Amino acid sequence: MDVTHRQLRRCDVVVAKGRIDAETVKTLSEALALIKKAGRYKIVLNLKEVTYISSAGLSELIVTQNTCKQMKRGELVLAEVPPRIREVLDLAGLTALFNLYETESEAADHF
Amino acid sequence: MDPQNSQLTVAGYFKNLTEVSQFIDQAAARAGLDERATYAVRMAVDEACTNIIQHAYGGEGRGQIRLLCETQAEGLQVTIFDQGTPFEPMHVPELDPQAPLQERQPGGMGVFFIRNLMDTVEFKFGTPQGNRLILFKRRESTS
Repeated sequence: MDVTHRQLRRCDVVVAKGRIDAETVKTLSEALALIKKAGRYKIVLNLKEVTYISSAGLSELIVTQNTCKQMKRGELVLAEVPPRIREVLDLAGLTALFNLYETESEAADHF
Repeated sequence: MDPQNSQLTVAGYFKNLTEVSQFIDQAAARAGLDERATYAVRMAVDEACTNIIQHAYGGEGRGQIRLLCETQAEGLQVTIFDQGTPFEPMHVPELDPQAPLQERQPGGMGVFFIRNLMDTVEFKFGTPQGNRLILFKRRESTS
């Protein structure tokens, strides 16, 4: 699991790679926590190269979405969600709670 | 052991979930599951092992998890054994996929995914071999 982060003018972009499970979710949580701690709540999470996400990872997305949405115009949006992960989001009814975009630049344009 | 079957025992640490996942992928390939069914089994087993570490053992490093994969005529059966506290899945509140964001609780999704991703799920507690979770996924299943 690898996470990179860059700050754009209107939002922050986080690119995750690899497996997000109960062990590796900490890496993602820490990256998201740093952004929130800096008072930034407009976040794009690119999942293109994520091979697997467990409920521990999905819980982190829900927690972050809740925090961001409590802030003025804050939101966590998802980009380039792989088909299997999209199916899992659908199954748990999470697709309705996140805006999903085909590309990272479309996701950034959300803000 | 039948060459179509395989076994793995790991210590109950989250860092071992990757090894479990690789083991499941190999068994799923041997059983002829497609990519979608393989992902489903990988996720159900990952969630089950995470629950065993968190709930049955109450933390990391407190017991072992044994997995047995058996290729059957219609698909793949995975049996997961642990020696932890029996965990009653009926007591886990059912996840509501319609619930709005503010009502979503972190955690508690594992059993939901296990039930919804597999074709059959059977929990057996207090057997001479400890607790047993038997999962079955049909080949070319659409669920």
